[in-house]
Amino acid sequence: MEKVIGNKTINVNEEGYLTDFSQWDKEVAAELAKEKNIELTDGHWMVIDYLQEKYKNEEALSIRGIKKSGKFNIKEFYNLFPGGPLKISTLIAGIPKPKSCI
Amino acid sequence: MATKVKKMLFVLSKATLDSVYAAFIMANGARMEGIEAEIFFTFFGLEAIQKDKLNELKIATVGNPAMHMPTLLGGLPGMEAFASKMMKKEMEKLDMPPVDEFLEILSDSGVSLWACKLAVEMFHLEEKDLIDDLDGILTIGDFYQRADIDGTHLLFI
Repeated sequence: MEKVIGNKTINVNEEGYLTDFSQWDKEVAAELAKEKNIELTDGHWMVIDYLQEKYKNEEALSIRGIKKSGKFNIKEFYNLFPGGPLKISTLIAGIPKPKSCI
Repeated sequence: MATKVKKMLFVLSKATLDSVYAAFIMANGARMEGIEAEIFFTFFGLEAIQKDKLNELKIATVGNPAMHMPTLLGGLPGMEAFASKMMKKEMEKLDMPPVDEFLEILSDSGVSLWACKLAVEMFHLEEKDLIDDLDGILTIGDFYQRADIDGTHLLFI
C-alpha cells in the first residue's frame, strides 16, 4: 500500500515496512523514526548503516549478530530503539523485518 | 496490532538443553517484541547459571520418547554426550548461541536473572558459583512480586 511520509510517497506492507528499498532515503528514515518517537542520532545512523550493509550482503540479522558486530553492543541497541530494537530499526532502515526467532 | 502480553516471568526448573533453550529463546523473543522478561532458576534449572556446569548441559536420551531411541540404548555410556553434541551442532547452524553467550545476551537485553533461594541452599551453592550477570537470589514470594504490571504472565518450564 502507499503511504505519504513528509513530502514523499512510499510503498509499505501491512506492517509498515518498505517494500521497495530504492524509495528509502535519510528523510524517509527520519520520518519513520519520528512515528516511533525516535530522534535519529549518530548512534542510530551507525546501526542503520550496519543493518543495510547486512541486508545488501544477504546476511541474516539476529541479536547474536549485533553482539558480534563489534560496532555497538546489545545494551546500546536496546537504548537506541526501545520497544523491540530489531523490528523498529529495520523498519527505519527500510529493509524487511527479520524472520529469525533469535 | 499490539500484544497484550507486557511482561513474561519464566520459572526454569530443568537443566536439559531443550528446556533451557526454550526458556532462553522465549525470554529473548519477548524482549525483541518490547515485552519485559525475567527468569527464575530453581531446582535443576540452577545448573544453567552455575559457572562450571552451564556449558555442559545435555539433552535426555532416557525417558525421552521424542529421541526415538530404545531406553536401553539411550542409557549406554556416551550416548547422552553424543546426542547433545549433535544437537549443539544443529543449533550452531541456526546461529543459536551457546548457553554462556546466550546468558550474556539475555542480561544485556534487560532480562533479569534470578536464582531461587531455597534451591541455592538445598544444593549448597554460594554466589561465587553462579554467573556474574545474576541479578540476585530471591524467594518465590519475591519473584511473584515481580509481576507488577497488567499483562504479566508466568510460565513454568
